[in-house]
Amino acid sequence: MAIVTTSKKACSVNPLKMSQPIGGSFAFMGLRGAMPLLHGSQGCTSFGLTLFVRHFKEAVPMQTTAMSEVATVLGGYENVEQAILNIYNRTKPEIIGINSTGVTETKGDDVEGFIRLIRQKHPQLEKFPLVYVSTPDFKDAFQDGWEKTVARMVEVLVDPVEAGAARDAARVNVLPGCHLTPGDLDELRTIIEDFGLKPSFLPDLAGSLDGHIPDEFTPTTIGGIGVDEIATMGQAAWTIAIGAQMKRAAEAMQQRSGVPFRLFERLCGLAPNDEFVAFLSEISGRPVPAKYRRQRGQLADAMLDTHFHIGGRKLAIGAEPDLLFDLSSMLHEMGAEVAAAVTTTASPVLERIKTQEVLIGDLEDLEELAKARDCDLLITHSHGRQAASRLKIPFYRAGFPMFDRLGAGHQLSVGYRGTRDLVFDLANLVIADREANHQPTPDTWRTTDSGLQVVPPQLH
Amino acid sequence: MSSLSATIQDVFNEPGCGKNANKTEAERKKGCTKQLQPGGAAGGCAFDGAKIALQPFTDVAHLVHGPIACEGNSWDNRGSASSGSDLWRRSFTTDMNETDIVFGGEKRLYKAIKEVIEKYDPPAIFVYQTCVPAMIGDDINAVCKAAATKFGKPVIPVNSPGFVGPKNLGNKLAGEALLEHVIGTEEPDYTTPYDINIIGEYNLSGEFWQVKPLLDELGIRILSCISGDGKYRELAYSHRARAAMMVCSKAMINVARKMEERYGIPYFEGSFYGIQDSSDSLREIARLLIERGAPAELMDRTEAVIAREEAKAWAAIERFKPRFKDKKVLLITGGVKSWSVVAALQEAGLEIVGTSVKKSTKEDKERIKELMGQDAHMIEDMTPREMYKMLKDARADIMLSGGKSQFVALKAAMPWLDINQERSHAYMGYIGMVTLMEQIEKALYNPMWAQLRKPAPWDDAGVNWQTKAMEQMDAQAAEIAADPVLAEAARRAKKICHCKTVDLGTIEDAIAAHGLSSVDGVKEHTNASGGCGACKGRIEDILAAQPTPMLQAAE
Repeated sequence: MAIVTTSKKACSVNPLKMSQPIGGSFAFMGLRGAMPLLHGSQGCTSFGLTLFVRHFKEAVPMQTTAMSEVATVLGGYENVEQAILNIYNRTKPEIIGINSTGVTETKGDDVEGFIRLIRQKHPQLEKFPLVYVSTPDFKDAFQDGWEKTVARMVEVLVDPVEAGAARDAARVNVLPGCHLTPGDLDELRTIIEDFGLKPSFLPDLAGSLDGHIPDEFTPTTIGGIGVDEIATMGQAAWTIAIGAQMKRAAEAMQQRSGVPFRLFERLCGLAPNDEFVAFLSEISGRPVPAKYRRQRGQLADAMLDTHFHIGGRKLAIGAEPDLLFDLSSMLHEMGAEVAAAVTTTASPVLERIKTQEVLIGDLEDLEELAKARDCDLLITHSHGRQAASRLKIPFYRAGFPMFDRLGAGHQLSVGYRGTRDLVFDLANLVIADREANHQPTPDTWRTTDSGLQVVPPQLH
Repeated sequence: MSSLSATIQDVFNEPGCGKNANKTEAERKKGCTKQLQPGGAAGGCAFDGAKIALQPFTDVAHLVHGPIACEGNSWDNRGSASSGSDLWRRSFTTDMNETDIVFGGEKRLYKAIKEVIEKYDPPAIFVYQTCVPAMIGDDINAVCKAAATKFGKPVIPVNSPGFVGPKNLGNKLAGEALLEHVIGTEEPDYTTPYDINIIGEYNLSGEFWQVKPLLDELGIRILSCISGDGKYRELAYSHRARAAMMVCSKAMINVARKMEERYGIPYFEGSFYGIQDSSDSLREIARLLIERGAPAELMDRTEAVIAREEAKAWAAIERFKPRFKDKKVLLITGGVKSWSVVAALQEAGLEIVGTSVKKSTKEDKERIKELMGQDAHMIEDMTPREMYKMLKDARADIMLSGGKSQFVALKAAMPWLDINQERSHAYMGYIGMVTLMEQIEKALYNPMWAQLRKPAPWDDAGVNWQTKAMEQMDAQAAEIAADPVLAEAARRAKKICHCKTVDLGTIEDAIAAHGLSSVDGVKEHTNASGGCGACKGRIEDILAAQPTPMLQAAE
């Protein structure tokens, strides 16, 4: 059981955390024909936009209410109205997803009220899907923005279903956390479909940010789940929530439409996937396809091959709670020691991380802990690159943002196959580091007269 | 201590700005901040602009006072290169929380400054104001002053919260902070007649190092570069330079002009993009230094270096000429880079089919016209669809642009090259132009394109999405061409003023109905040009094209 502490520093150095509103916009990006809109100054959007573009190497739709100083003080009704009208007229979206920011929350804009007025004033918008989520920058983190936004989508967009109404036994809702990549979602879709089930992903980033070439140029998202499909999610037999952050949305779904849910806090590693595959077999009434029996065997073999390298490694990991829990648990199960764990925001999974202490802090904290505790494997997002080069230890990039390597959208961690490739990648990093930096020399093991080693062996 | 709004007004009054000089008093007051359109804006904020301008100072701790969004979402995102300290790449922010919003963030800021000094001991700290603390009234000037006194170290307030305007304004506000708090506060160990400042150069991808060896060879010392690979102390004594070169035309003109005014440092506006530009800039530096007392033989040495480097570069570019024959380039980029790159591309035999002038000043546009002839096809506000069509119609073989439009070209399976700040190659000086040609050649002749343009075996050649898109566009065009009514409607529907969404038809009707003859008249009746004013030129053209109004009485 880990103790969760919060950094006491006044100055955050090398932040691990990103802001809540862009986590919200990120969720809207998994909807088809969507335009995420931040109610704030134009920089709020432009920073987030740049980050997403650098991560995915894709055009990313995101707009701003472009609040000026005066508008901020007087209140942003007109800006929200103009922004919605402009987006509606120019980009012909299927939905506009609005998140507030620190600027407009400090003023206290009542955006729900604005939207009601706007709908009254402009009849063409009366039924148009507008989803608003309050996500001030000065609270919580990226993951929380995603969590709240997906939950709100369920509350607003899913049609209520009366108790006792017939359900489609083959339909499954999947509510993925923001720690999963488009590649992960595609992998899950394949697995679920192989059991004869029909999944609806909310949000579905694999439809919009997987890099495919669209048929039409559109300034909105080029794919993802449609508003029409979301409306019918209440008819599904089950909801699968992935990551503790998705419990809130799963509960909202259950409340609104009575769909029972099963929460999978992790999908990386052997045991979690056994559970997942067994669950799919159970709800579909089908035996586990031979393909997954083979993949399970391959993962088992990969674990055998890689445990020599991963076992005993001292891991320093910085990630948002669900990704931290997922990866650190898998590595703990592979024999690594979770020596330093830093995260961005509170979560019920943190105390169950297999380590002494989880710190809600920044990458400076992680770097210092990694150094003090002699860590020899670093996992965090791309902003860890400076720390990695100073620490001179193998560095695996995971999470968002990953702007200095390609293929971020396709990096896998879920499923037997995803875990298999992940442990190979990690073990190969360790091997490469040993070859490059820890070759034995004639003096590596030489002892002094007093029988003490001159240099402690560095052969990890 | 002047207030932020006074500083902004002062910046708007910049007499060194050519665009500003052409404005009326009232217009100038309104400022050069393009009025932002909710739901239709794209650029960065004033804080972003300030940070971009100052972050390349490498040994300074850049501390951002605000909630996590401002710094957490944006740090370590620029490709400037440092020859020394890496402190500038570390990120410092107060990460304000709810309690700070309620009780004020000044104490946290003060503590943060203390922590940074204790842990990293930088020669100076730049403290950036953002929207939220500006709203709740955190006085960063007072906190910085108190901290500077207490810790005996320069703590510089950079007052440029995001919501005061766009990036461009932030650049200038950053410059104001330097002028007010840093420049002139220290003295160099020694000076030489060959000391210059470079202003508005960020050393992206280390590109300034493609030029610096030439200056070194000439014995010209860069006393301070503002701000690429800059150091705090150099900045503090930059007022002792003999001359200055201003590189990025819009970013920091206020710094160059005020340093001329206060310290008598003459400056010129130049560029090291392109061969001719590089030579002109070297000459201009030598000329200004000689004017300020450097020995005249500097010019002879400069000419010798120019002759040698030009010969080398021309020789290197020669081999691209056959490869670039009949190849067309679509150039989409803003400001200074447009005109300086145009010349270089033409030197290599490439034909330019367009260049964006969205961010260029009037003067920039004139320069492009001068270089490309009167019929320069300048593309304002081209939509992705139009850009695609232009590429696809094979009117262009390659697109050069900044990061954001790249996907249009790439998804159309067309070669594309990044020439904006995210680029990974350095394109400055004589060497840089050769590198640019190499990169263009690599992109143009990559065998991959042929494969990518072929449809999948199970797709009909005629029904892939590209063909469909083209057919749609062609069908629309044909329909319009065949139907004069439709054609007239399409012509009249052309957007003239993007801010106020006014089309050509509305303006023509207003001109006819009220016999208008001036932009102001058009504005009064249609609201066109009532926003950023960028469409004024277009409205002037429309007015000029109208039959002369018989009477002005109606106006």
